[in-house]
Amino acid sequence: MSKKQHYKITVNGKEEEFLAEPRELLIYTLRERLNITGPHIGCETSHCGACTVTIDGKSVKSCTMFVAQADGKKITTIEGIGGPDNLHPLQTAFKEHHGLQCGYCTPGMITRAKKLLEENPNPTEAEIRFGMAGNICRCTGYQNIVKSIQAAAAEMNAAKEAAE
Amino acid sequence: MIPAAFEYHRPKDMAGVLSILEEHGDDARVMAGGHSLIPMMKLRMADVPHLIDLQDVGGMSDIEIDADTIRIGAMVTQHDIIDNEALAQAAPILREAALQIADPQVRYMGTVGGNVANGDPGNDMPGLMQCLDATFTVVGPDGERDIAAREFYEAAYMTARGDEEVLTAVTIPVPMGGYAYEKQKRKIGDYATAAAAVQIVKDGGSCVSASIAMTNLSDTPIYSEAAGDALVGTSLDDAAIKAAVAAMLDDIDPTEDNRGPVAFKKHVAGVILRRAIERAWSRA
Repeated sequence: MSKKQHYKITVNGKEEEFLAEPRELLIYTLRERLNITGPHIGCETSHCGACTVTIDGKSVKSCTMFVAQADGKKITTIEGIGGPDNLHPLQTAFKEHHGLQCGYCTPGMITRAKKLLEENPNPTEAEIRFGMAGNICRCTGYQNIVKSIQAAAAEMNAAKEAAE
Repeated sequence: MIPAAFEYHRPKDMAGVLSILEEHGDDARVMAGGHSLIPMMKLRMADVPHLIDLQDVGGMSDIEIDADTIRIGAMVTQHDIIDNEALAQAAPILREAALQIADPQVRYMGTVGGNVANGDPGNDMPGLMQCLDATFTVVGPDGERDIAAREFYEAAYMTARGDEEVLTAVTIPVPMGGYAYEKQKRKIGDYATAAAAVQIVKDGGSCVSASIAMTNLSDTPIYSEAAGDALVGTSLDDAAIKAAVAAMLDDIDPTEDNRGPVAFKKHVAGVILRRAIERAWSRA
């Protein structure tokens, strides 16, 4: 048993300080320690992407990062992207275009999609499929996830144009 | 899923890294992006009493390109490789290969140094670096030394890097001519059933140099000098490509796993190498 260490991370704008063993995977820190249970665990081999969060501008699978590595970093989870009363355009689009069924992959999907659209605001269908390839879905067959991301991209680009 | 306990170290400089390695010997491992090591720790296949996180050690995240050489710091991520326009101009095979490695999330974290130092024959960059005749720089208690990528791999997870050494940079001569990294895999994120890295220089319709390396078809990457030689001096007619494929098949030694039996892997290796040669030639 290694000793607990003092860590400080910022999650969705809120500073969190706690003691934890360095081996604690970030996904468990979020879910079990901080009660941020949107990010999920779908595998133990870093494939499924259900645990995807954004750390310092990168999409990261939080099951493949120790809390010790995340010390001092800023993390955004699905809860920080939008909630029931302030849905992000991606969340609205996933709802309207049926981009989810069981909902288990959805937090990781939307968190990843948000970063994808920041890097590429006008992705082609092929670019969406490739850019989302680190996220597995059991229910949708992906088709409506692609449509949801396309719709959100159009919405976000229109809003950006209107603002300019 | 649950890794065993370890002592975590995050030194600020290489001297700090080396002193921890020296103090703990086999009990210490460095970690870059963590996307091979952490999965192995979660399965308890890697036992790492002392984990040394390299993220705060500066000086290993640069990509430097000059007229003759490209130097890539060990902590440069796959995402950085794909994102770097100047690098894609100077050595487009690197972006082509990096886009076939893992998935977006893994590419944000996984590093070039980790990929080449890991020693898993499934990794794509080792064969690529052998094709490009890269040199790996390692630093240890006795200072720095350079090891050719073509001399680096000894067996699965066994490399020429000493236990107390850290791989700090990859240096490649700016590649010439046409290129291709062709990879057959079962799905996104899979290691190759077979992959080929090819770099070919054409002059007046004839091949003047060719470099060929294969991925995941032996317990190390395979640089097939004979396959490249079979192309030199030819116009890359069918006979020349067949000769290159035959030479490559003599050099590889695949094993059966859930990607297929040996005969299938040899067949796929031939198909992939032919495609890579044809694509590289079309770009030469």
